[in-house]
Amino acid sequence: MSAPLRKKPPRVGDTPAVRRTLLGFVLIVGAFLILAPLLVILYQAFSLGVGVFADTIAHPDTRHAIWLTVLTALIAVPLNTAFGVAAAWAITKFDFWGRRFLIVVIEIPFSVSPIVAGVAYLFVYGLQGVFGPALDAAGIKVMFALPGIVLASMFVTAPFVARELIPLMQAQGRDLEEAATSLGASGWRTFFSVTLPNIRWALLYGVVLCNARVMGEFGAVSVVSGNIRGQTNTLPLHIELLYHDYQTVGAFAAASILTVLAIVTIIAKVLLERQGAGRAGRPALASPAPAAQGKTP
Amino acid sequence: MRRRVLPGLTLSLGITLFYVGLIVVLPLGALVFKAASLGPEDYWRIVSSARAVASYRVTVLSALAATAFNLVFGMALAWVLVRYRFPGRRLIDAIVDLPFALPTAVAGIALTTLFAQNGWFGSVLAEAGIKVAYTPLGIMVAMSFTSLPFIVRTVQPVLEDLDPALEEAAQTLGGSDGAIFMRVILPLLTPALLAGVSLSFARSLGEFGAIIFIAGNQPMETEITALLTFIRLEEYDYQAAAAIASVLLITAFVMLAITNLMQARALRYTEKTRA
Repeated sequence: MSAPLRKKPPRVGDTPAVRRTLLGFVLIVGAFLILAPLLVILYQAFSLGVGVFADTIAHPDTRHAIWLTVLTALIAVPLNTAFGVAAAWAITKFDFWGRRFLIVVIEIPFSVSPIVAGVAYLFVYGLQGVFGPALDAAGIKVMFALPGIVLASMFVTAPFVARELIPLMQAQGRDLEEAATSLGASGWRTFFSVTLPNIRWALLYGVVLCNARVMGEFGAVSVVSGNIRGQTNTLPLHIELLYHDYQTVGAFAAASILTVLAIVTIIAKVLLERQGAGRAGRPALASPAPAAQGKTP
Repeated sequence: MRRRVLPGLTLSLGITLFYVGLIVVLPLGALVFKAASLGPEDYWRIVSSARAVASYRVTVLSALAATAFNLVFGMALAWVLVRYRFPGRRLIDAIVDLPFALPTAVAGIALTTLFAQNGWFGSVLAEAGIKVAYTPLGIMVAMSFTSLPFIVRTVQPVLEDLDPALEEAAQTLGGSDGAIFMRVILPLLTPALLAGVSLSFARSLGEFGAIIFIAGNQPMETEITALLTFIRLEEYDYQAAAAIASVLLITAFVMLAITNLMQARALRYTEKTRA
């Protein structure tokens, strides 16, 4: 009689009791902490019916806030994208002194509180700032106007595109670009026909995340905008204003627009990750780690 | 040194330095300059005032509590997502990013509505005598929410790459599940956990949007440091705002250094164990 094959023991934590406990814990807490906020936004937004919801969205102040938010994104996101591509190109295609340090500086906005960013901008362009008085004399308004909102948004999102591209372009090396230029392609041609096809998904990934953050930024923008209703209120600031005016339905109706944006962002993120962008494309753990990426072969 | 063959260094580096200089370095430099122009005595008086110190305490303690919660919940979430197969797993994996994608102001009003005395959770908790909204507990809830994905996302890839042979070896040596988790798996996860913890803690220290709605914002009790900065600005006390903002900025730099160190260590560690 041959000895029966010994059954492999289940992996650690695979016993039904442990599995059930952990799954239950995660699903229940997750439902309370993540799902419930989503549901409460929709519930509140439609609590007085679709008509009231539609009226709030159609209100001129809300429409202006939406417009200002979109306009800010239309300016800040392309500029930030151009910067991210330029930074990634410079950092990954060349060796120069201070490269690692430059990566750290680009990542600074990640660690700085948005409020600090807003205050810092006030000390540059505000009346008590470095350039403020001169700008004021020239009649240029930066603070409490669109330029300030755009600048603050650019600060908080500065690393978004660069940090997606740098690790990827680092891993891809320089061989293809060097081959293209040695065959006579110009720099732009090399970038558009060799580099860009290899980084397009990661680039789009960074742009999507950058856009979500620009449209949703609250702290930094709230310092530099001046919160003037119908003038310098972006959508997140408009939500605060309505909420503190006890117009709960209005606040949640406006919030539901940004919630839809968040959900669209997550869907786009999942689709792009399937193309290899984002965390799937990065070496494990190297997520937003500047120090962990700057290694040159 | 290899010869430089690719074009575009001047242009790309020029754009990069100009952008970083204008958008990041100039404003932070102006803030430091403003704070430094105060003089040591005035500076110290402002940053060590009772109200400021109380705000540091609230911020740091809430951030610690929120990070501790996220450590447990985030690790459990990462474990469940990596090790178990169940319907809806991919949906949950995607939803984990919601706190990053959802604007903080939206999260703030949603959490406040849930935990207010007449809210879905608040009304139940009120019967048990627990108040969340407008107490430090509310600050912790908001911080936990906004920094939740950090620990999940740093632990997840390490857990995915964990070599099953290590666990099997421990099992053949007769280790119980608990012992193997504590003595084999947890040590392997520790660098990633520490990296996630430092990211989560740093984010909680700087969070503003989600907190101000739920915190109640009582000076000395539920006023976070970021809000105190904002209040000083609204009072046109720019020097105090600069001083307190500089404290937040210094903390951010310290946390940035710690985070980088942790992540570099974690990366080295995983590379070593993989080889």
